[in-house]
Amino acid sequence: MLESLVLFILLAPFAGALIAGFGWRFTGEKGAMLVTTGIMMVAAVFAWIVLIALPEGAESLSLFRWIDSGTLAIDWGIRLDRMTSVMLVVVCSVSALVHLYSMGYMEEDEAKPRFFAYLSFFSFAMLALVTGDNLLQLFFGWEGVGVASYLLIGFWWKKPSANAAAMKAFIVNRVGDFGFLLGIFTLYMMTDSIELDVIFGQAHHLAESTVTFLWTDWNAAELACFLLFIGAMGKSAQFMLHTWLPDAMEGPTPVSALIHAATMVTAGVFLVCRMSPIMEYAPMATGFITVVGGVTAFFAATVGLVQTDIKRVIAYSTCSQLGYMFVAAGVGYYQAAMFHLFTHAFFKALLFLGAGSVIHAMHHEQDMRKYGGLRKKIPVTFAMMMLGTLAITGVGIPFSYDILGLPIGFAGFVSKDAIIEGAYAAHSAVGEFSFTLLVIAAAFTSFYSWRLIFLTFYGETRDRKHWEHAHESPAVMMWPLYILGAGAVLAGMVFFSGFIGYSSEDWFGAAIYVNHETNHVMHDSHSVPAWVKLSPFVAMLGGLAVSYWFYIANPNLPRELAERHHGAYKFLLNKWYFDELYGLIFVRPAMWLGAFFWKKGDGSVVDGAINGLAMGVIPWVTRLAGRGQSGYVFHYAFVMLIGVSILVTWLSVGGSAH
Amino acid sequence: MSNILTLVTFLPLIGALVLILVLRGEDAAAQLNAKVVALIATTATFLLSLVILGGFDASDTGFQFVEEGEWLLGLNYKLGVDGISVLFVMLTTFLMPIVIGASWGVTHRVKEYMAAFLVLETLMIGVFASLDMVLFYLFFEAGLIPMFLIIGIWGGANRIYASFKFFLYTLLGSLLMLVAMIYMYAEAGTSDIPTLLAYEFSAAPITLLGWHIVGGVQTMLWLAFFASFAVKMPMWPVHTWLPDAHVQAPTAGSVVLAAILLKMGGYGFLRFSLPMFPVASELMTDFVFALSVIAIIYTSLVAMMQEDMKKLIAYSSVAHMGFVTLGIFAANRQGVDGAIFQMLSHGFISGALFLIVGVIYDRMHTRDIAAYGGLAVRMPAFALIFMLFTMGNVGLPGTSGFIGEFLTMAGAFQVSTWAAAGAATGVILSAGYALWLYRRVVLGDLIKQSLSAITDMTGRERLLFAPLVVGTLLLGFYPSLITDLFGPAVQNLVNGVDHAVAEATADGLIQFAGAAPAAGGTH
Repeated sequence: MLESLVLFILLAPFAGALIAGFGWRFTGEKGAMLVTTGIMMVAAVFAWIVLIALPEGAESLSLFRWIDSGTLAIDWGIRLDRMTSVMLVVVCSVSALVHLYSMGYMEEDEAKPRFFAYLSFFSFAMLALVTGDNLLQLFFGWEGVGVASYLLIGFWWKKPSANAAAMKAFIVNRVGDFGFLLGIFTLYMMTDSIELDVIFGQAHHLAESTVTFLWTDWNAAELACFLLFIGAMGKSAQFMLHTWLPDAMEGPTPVSALIHAATMVTAGVFLVCRMSPIMEYAPMATGFITVVGGVTAFFAATVGLVQTDIKRVIAYSTCSQLGYMFVAAGVGYYQAAMFHLFTHAFFKALLFLGAGSVIHAMHHEQDMRKYGGLRKKIPVTFAMMMLGTLAITGVGIPFSYDILGLPIGFAGFVSKDAIIEGAYAAHSAVGEFSFTLLVIAAAFTSFYSWRLIFLTFYGETRDRKHWEHAHESPAVMMWPLYILGAGAVLAGMVFFSGFIGYSSEDWFGAAIYVNHETNHVMHDSHSVPAWVKLSPFVAMLGGLAVSYWFYIANPNLPRELAERHHGAYKFLLNKWYFDELYGLIFVRPAMWLGAFFWKKGDGSVVDGAINGLAMGVIPWVTRLAGRGQSGYVFHYAFVMLIGVSILVTWLSVGGSAH
Repeated sequence: MSNILTLVTFLPLIGALVLILVLRGEDAAAQLNAKVVALIATTATFLLSLVILGGFDASDTGFQFVEEGEWLLGLNYKLGVDGISVLFVMLTTFLMPIVIGASWGVTHRVKEYMAAFLVLETLMIGVFASLDMVLFYLFFEAGLIPMFLIIGIWGGANRIYASFKFFLYTLLGSLLMLVAMIYMYAEAGTSDIPTLLAYEFSAAPITLLGWHIVGGVQTMLWLAFFASFAVKMPMWPVHTWLPDAHVQAPTAGSVVLAAILLKMGGYGFLRFSLPMFPVASELMTDFVFALSVIAIIYTSLVAMMQEDMKKLIAYSSVAHMGFVTLGIFAANRQGVDGAIFQMLSHGFISGALFLIVGVIYDRMHTRDIAAYGGLAVRMPAFALIFMLFTMGNVGLPGTSGFIGEFLTMAGAFQVSTWAAAGAATGVILSAGYALWLYRRVVLGDLIKQSLSAITDMTGRERLLFAPLVVGTLLLGFYPSLITDLFGPAVQNLVNGVDHAVAEATADGLIQFAGAAPAAGGTH
């Protein structure tokens, strides 16, 4: 029963994509939109049924053979456990709402069926990723979402900037895939399989084996986890492989909400949690994950402080929140990572779709410097954005858990604070390092989130013409906001006990493995000192206060500050100069090398040698063949004839000799 | 039908004879007749070859449909297919009707053109079906003559230079291979391939002109064959003939060249080098790996900088063939499976990419990337198909391109992590050049005046792509369809190599698996 629901969830969006993509001439534009949206809604309902009805165990369902090469035997299959069902809910719910929202947002676009086909195809690929029972199917989904992301970022393909951003996203992701592939190869070489269950069964063996990779010997579990995490860094836009995510905002806003906030970019977190049975045996690799997560959370938050494009602010915020999730996974608090992934999907999708509603109201203006005073014009959107902001900044009642046994607060308060407490409770150097960064990042998060609200909705408008015409979005765009708004308020409190409460272990069942001998982070995180529990709350209040001071109380201050600290401001505004740096050390050398190999390598050296040889050989052949005969074909035939004659002669002579 | 292989091999030749002897005239009706005859001949060949596929028993790792007979001067005529060769025969017969269909617009000396392609088909099938070394050599070398004619008569402006280069490259390799074959005949007393496969050439070290050669005779023979097959693949650094040949060849010629002719090198490695000289192959693994990885990285970078569409795809072909040599000389199941898969898949994908260039070349008469841009505005169907094969070219899972790359790298990883890691950078670089090409040609706004009246693909053109689209996706989602056919034969081949290498190691002929190569090594 559950299997057939999951099968529907997986395959129906694909069917929807085909219908919208190829059959829209028959169904009409409206029909294509309704079919894909309807399918996703049914899938979302099914996904919630699966989440609620699923027993604790893990099930595998094999569909049909895929690759069969010696011991490398891989089936298309479905893995159904709590990790899967949580992701099904996230993907299907957000996807259904984004489909619905897009019916309004893309109203005036001329290629609606193509857009909905891409959206549904993305959903299919993402679902294939989360249901994968082996690493290769996971990789199939992984690349599938990559291509969907490429297509959707570049959806407005007449715009050069959109095309550039799409290419950049695909290529940077491929850098991550490079690591992912090598990770798969490592696991295959060590375990002779890429089935998750087989690999997990040999986690012990992996931890005790060494493998020679490139210049040195590595612990097999460490190496595999490290390489897989490189893949996760690409997909989840972690520090150093993050440069594509802000540019991805070139895509239509619903795409940003679905792919670049709620689902695809969390695939890396999902991968790390999915691989928890090996991650538990790879302390170095998980330490690395913790550090990268912490640095990303901090770095992205600093850049978010000064961005002026409303979508880019939210993009950097996403990047930063993904860092939080990786810190949790890195310290072994996988449940909290998944929990934050879950709640983040709601409030971040809400923020993006809310931003979309603002952009829609302001005639596709995305620069916050041209906003202001929109509170009165679009009050409902304002209210929903407010809910999202309260959720992401982590507004709640501190210590409510200790008193009531249940944390009272918005979604982000419950899940983000759990991560910060977990980082502290890891009692390790990397944990403390990341704990510090996360608390600072929490203050920054609060600052830039409120800055967004103040710049957009408060004060006087800075572009009266657009402001005059601003209007609330249609109902198809507002309803998704309401539902996500409810999620942003409730998701944390309702699902607390399942994800990270005392019933967590039963609820996740076999989906997440925790080595109880070495990993006590979940238990310890409930009993951290009071100041640790209070720190993110204080950071949040601090960020809010400064933001209020800067943008409401004293609006000239930011400009003065930027002028006084021009260098630092530029550094942040230009995103720590990563794009420039990569252009200098990767892109330009690659192009220079390509040109060099082409002109000098192929041209001067190889062809030069050949031509030199030709000067020596050709006259000789020509003399043999007789001057002025009919060209090279003749020469060739002649040489071959000589060859065959020699061979035949040899055979005849040799044959008679025997 | 006991002589089905002969029928399949020579049916196209019969078609060619009909064209030359029966058809007369150069008017439009005669031209159409020539095209129709060629299409019928190739289609009939394909249908007939289905009988071979249907009757093929994959569990039997030996040769099937074997035909043998006396021939000229005491030479043997022997044909047959095994798991390794049968799909190359099928690839050839499958693609040829598409190639003929792609030539529907030819107007210059149509009869001769069609005849050249039909002769070429016979020779190509002959290469894959020959079970006699002399026969193989004849088919292998003779196949270049019609290709020369196709480039030389129906080619572009600079065709003489291209054929000249082609000629020089092939000359040296062929002569060395011939010498090696003569030696093999003298040593083993037969030119029969199945017998030679069972024959053990000595791997005892020898000293030649003061050079100590590990692997002895095997190494020498291996090098001689390598000289010929490496050019044909083509491997770095003997690849520079390919971009020129592609650029000058007409569309259909490029398709045959990329999709089928290049596979003769890889097939040669699998038929001769690996099974007949296993010890030498083992000794040369590092050498071949180094060349393969250089090919992947070097040509991918060069591809990125190309301004001519055909050159770009030609360079990308060299990179993809790097995966093939990597897989073959990994000499394990995944590697060889992957190499065969990659060759077949590349047949579809590169064939389709050259057809794609042909579609717009026919309209605009330029291959210059800069002359295009924004084609999606007026050519949505073209944009869709180009996107699909671009994704196949970058090895997206779900297309056949992925399976070959994945398996070859999985195989190579077990032998050398350096090689696998190097090859995996190709995954990044291919995305770079392929997507950039797509962007420059198809995306953006259509602002060039010259393109303002360009039309989308015609029904005939769409029909040509249909089988390639189906093949690329089907093999991406269900590769077992063909891996089941060659899997047992590959396993048999790999076991044989392992056995021979283990024996040579036990006899102290070579130091240990993965020892430094004897000659021409890079380490």
